[in-house]
Amino acid sequence: MKPPPFEYRVAKSVEAAVAMLADAGGEAKVLAGGQSLVPMLNFRLLWPAILVDINRIPGLAYINEGANAIRVGALTRHHQLETSPVIAAQLPVLSAAMAHVAHLAIRNRGTIGGSLTHADPAAELPMIALLLDATISVSSPKGGRTIAARDFFLGALSVALEADELVTEVAFPKLPDRTGWGFEEVSRRHGDFALAAVGTTLTVSAGKISQARIAVAGVDERPIRASGAEALLRDSALDPKLLDAARDAVRTGVNPNSDLHASADYRRHLVGVLSERALNAAWQRANV
Amino acid sequence: MTVRTIKITVNGTSYERTVEPRLLLADFLRGTLGLTGTHVGCEHGVCGACTVLVDGDSMRSCLLFAVQLDGCSIETVESLGTLNDLNPLQEAFRDHHALQCGFCTPGMLMTATDLLRKYPLATDEEIRAGLSGNLCRCTGYEHIVAALRAAVAARSAQ
Repeated sequence: MKPPPFEYRVAKSVEAAVAMLADAGGEAKVLAGGQSLVPMLNFRLLWPAILVDINRIPGLAYINEGANAIRVGALTRHHQLETSPVIAAQLPVLSAAMAHVAHLAIRNRGTIGGSLTHADPAAELPMIALLLDATISVSSPKGGRTIAARDFFLGALSVALEADELVTEVAFPKLPDRTGWGFEEVSRRHGDFALAAVGTTLTVSAGKISQARIAVAGVDERPIRASGAEALLRDSALDPKLLDAARDAVRTGVNPNSDLHASADYRRHLVGVLSERALNAAWQRANV
Repeated sequence: MTVRTIKITVNGTSYERTVEPRLLLADFLRGTLGLTGTHVGCEHGVCGACTVLVDGDSMRSCLLFAVQLDGCSIETVESLGTLNDLNPLQEAFRDHHALQCGFCTPGMLMTATDLLRKYPLATDEEIRAGLSGNLCRCTGYEHIVAALRAAVAARSAQ
């Protein structure tokens, strides 16, 4: 229960951090908030030769509102997201999700860049990034690139990052006009990872759904969009029959595991119930 | 193994110590500084017993390395009252029987200290959500919530 030895390096700029990562040739891990990494070190599930501490890089923790998107710096702590008036006003579904992220002491330290990069299949932030079609900016010694959330999450604890790349920013497009949202989660205890969680947005035009987005967590090897259900909802008004069909489509589109906490069948059942609630909430909010 | 020298303030006292990078803050406080008030339970960020304040924010000291905290200010349970002069929060814990074995208490007190400084804590729901990251295996939660409620009342009376 004590971490293995490692070389400790402090990066004071993004350029320095990615140079250290490149030098390490895949033997380094980035230490951001450490709220997932350090438990893995304490359990000795990981033995990185080098930790590159990015906490002292200035200017990497921010929430900026642009014309079309909210830009969030990779070192932004969960607590900043949870309490941000900009997020509450512009991305209320993200605010709602933050209340489910672990506990105060974890939220005081954990970062958005860390949560996305760790990519726990039952975590809230990766699922919300996928729901809102976020783009993730990364830097490396070769330069920078942006990755759509849709292409970022590859599997459980696996993302589309090279060993010398560092996440620097997450951009969330603002919600279109007349968009409602829903967020529903069930976990064994307050703050635990989700047994199942669902985020939705519905954009309504002339009484019909012009865009439907449904993202789910905890019921597959990575957060996924329920694209079958999204297609069913498009160009219709939400009525009980359509809601039933969408709920069933979400259930057939997921591939949950059984574990100590819940069976696969239970998770599949749960994700349907939560989808129904989150779609209803989004429909009501869109039609206010 | 490269060791590093850090300067760190704990409960208002400055310390300069040489540490291995892998030394957890919890072990630094207990082993290096001899401040054994901070308890170490699960060592993976679940139980909350090791919660301390880092630059005023509650954090798990088992999920931080001492080497990261060069220049930082830490508050531990030793910064509260003493045996013969409890602070109002500790008083409230005693009055409401908010501890049995006492193992979780340092973490509960430091989490409650953070909560009392920053949050209205107007409802029990808010108190419970705030304390949800601290486990008590004596199942004394009702008493702990009652103690914090009393501390909130004492705070507003001031």
